Amino acid sequence: MFEEMIYLDNSACTRLDERVLEAMKQYYFDVYAVATSEFGYSMGIDAREGLEASRGIIASKMGGSPEELVFTSGSTESSNMALKGVASALKKKGKHIIVSKIEDFPVLNTAKALEKQGFEVDYLDVDGEGKVDIESLETTIRDDTILVSVQQANQEIGTLQDLETIASVCKEKDTLLHTDATHSFTRVPLDVSKIPVDLVTISGHTIHGPRGIGALYVREGTPIRKWMDGGFQEFNLRAGVENIPAAVGFAKAVELVTPKENKKLAEMRDRVIDGAFEKIPDVTLNGSRKERLPQNANITFHYVEGESITLHLDMRGFAVSTGSACFSKSLEASHVIRGIGGDHERAHGSVRFTFGRYNTMKDADAVVEAISEVVEQLRVISPLRNEN
Amino acid sequence: MQFPYTEKVLEHFRHPRNVGKIENPDGKSMEGSPACGDMVAVYLTINDDTKVIEDIKFESYGCASNIATGSVITEMAKGKTIDEAKSISWKQAAEELGGLPPVKAHCSVLAVEGLRAAIRDYEEKHGLVTEKEPTTDEVIKRRLKHVMNPLTGLDVIRTDLILKTSVEDGIVRVVVDLPSDHQFASAIKEDIIEKLDSLWDVKRVEVVFTE
Repeated sequence: MFEEMIYLDNSACTRLDERVLEAMKQYYFDVYAVATSEFGYSMGIDAREGLEASRGIIASKMGGSPEELVFTSGSTESSNMALKGVASALKKKGKHIIVSKIEDFPVLNTAKALEKQGFEVDYLDVDGEGKVDIESLETTIRDDTILVSVQQANQEIGTLQDLETIASVCKEKDTLLHTDATHSFTRVPLDVSKIPVDLVTISGHTIHGPRGIGALYVREGTPIRKWMDGGFQEFNLRAGVENIPAAVGFAKAVELVTPKENKKLAEMRDRVIDGAFEKIPDVTLNGSRKERLPQNANITFHYVEGESITLHLDMRGFAVSTGSACFSKSLEASHVIRGIGGDHERAHGSVRFTFGRYNTMKDADAVVEAISEVVEQLRVISPLRNEN
Repeated sequence: MQFPYTEKVLEHFRHPRNVGKIENPDGKSMEGSPACGDMVAVYLTINDDTKVIEDIKFESYGCASNIATGSVITEMAKGKTIDEAKSISWKQAAEELGGLPPVKAHCSVLAVEGLRAAIRDYEEKHGLVTEKEPTTDEVIKRRLKHVMNPLTGLDVIRTDLILKTSVEDGIVRVVVDLPSDHQFASAIKEDIIEKLDSLWDVKRVEVVFTE
């Protein structure tokens, strides 16, 4: 029923790739046992092999070794595990944690929850493009800082952080670094054998893999405590029956991303940004022009409101998202746009376009055409435009 | 697939009626602010003898509920006397639209307030308003009836969300029966401040949450 829909909300979730589903099927219908030890029965041993092979594929994609990768139910769990697990392991060493102001909710709200438990959290400011200021990071780190969490790429405005420099600062100050790479994993390079980041959150749902599967990379020797009680699965860090079909699907999804695809995404992104600036007056790009995710364009269309734009676009067959308060579940304007110094109005009129495997250049052209009409239509009735 | 909006809301959203400005209006208003999200401007032409609204236009910077309510309320007010128009409630407007999602009720209220404010503007210009009323608990409660509880779509007074209000030396204090980390805490706080800090004798509004 949605064959005709042009779906441009791929940072929220992606369409599953058929090849991923194919790879998963055998672990639902044939090798459906839990992963047993090598002394178990043969179906369980095969299941374990499937799980471990997937772990190897994903870990090596980021330059890590298999025993450093813990499967989880997704990014939210991975980031909870990273922050709560490290905080619990190191609370005697210190109670100070640093996160950037524009982190996604799994990191941001976990930090807030830790604050209520007596940890002290500093929320790092970012500049107008969303980049963390390295000097301010240096001065914020204290002797009792136990963890810094800065994302690799932003979920809304796509800005990439200078992870290499951030990691070397943390290393120098002897502080652990966690990075949320939910939106950047496989889309931009990350090599933990070169960059000394200690913990990395990743997920399958952003790369045409299954949802409900993610992982946390935990560098060997990192102090971390189990935060959910149960069995001894996943190196005794994550209790519960392993989701082997999803882990296999996640690994397949990782294998299917190519540099060519990422280049194509960047071309569609540029087409939308350039097209919007060419055709529509009074627009602002949110985030960096150069250092941004290949799949992300985020633009504010001034004098109009985002929910009205998304509804009009939906009726024309496009799916996009907005940082407007009206669109959000909490009725609050995007903390990311506010964080880069934007006012409510800038958040209100912001629209995020995120591309995926099943989009084409024609989609990019079509959405620019549609949004230029919709924005014009809404500006005609806007009291703000007429004031200016 | 079902939109959260009725057909009638979508119809008004797609084709809003009475859109635009009136040159030299007899009454006009601009309610809301980009901070809360939505804004509505209302322009009126009023017959001085009969007090009938002969023409009405509106502009909206807002979501679908805001645009649709602005549109429907211009249809409802046109041809009515200012006293009749003043008594149009947001509930009636919402009913006219076949209902609105509870979480969007505050957007609909804004459009209704826009109409009332434009009428008040006319009344002030024509000396129909008596002197300024000092802000009391009573006044605060009346204003807070226009702050919506997004959980229910009913106002915060009726849903007993306000534990206590007080006013002293121009400082208004409102205690809200929600924890400060509640999903809607920030939105409700902003809405309360906006409804109260424009009162002529109010210097500051403090919103306190329970923990």
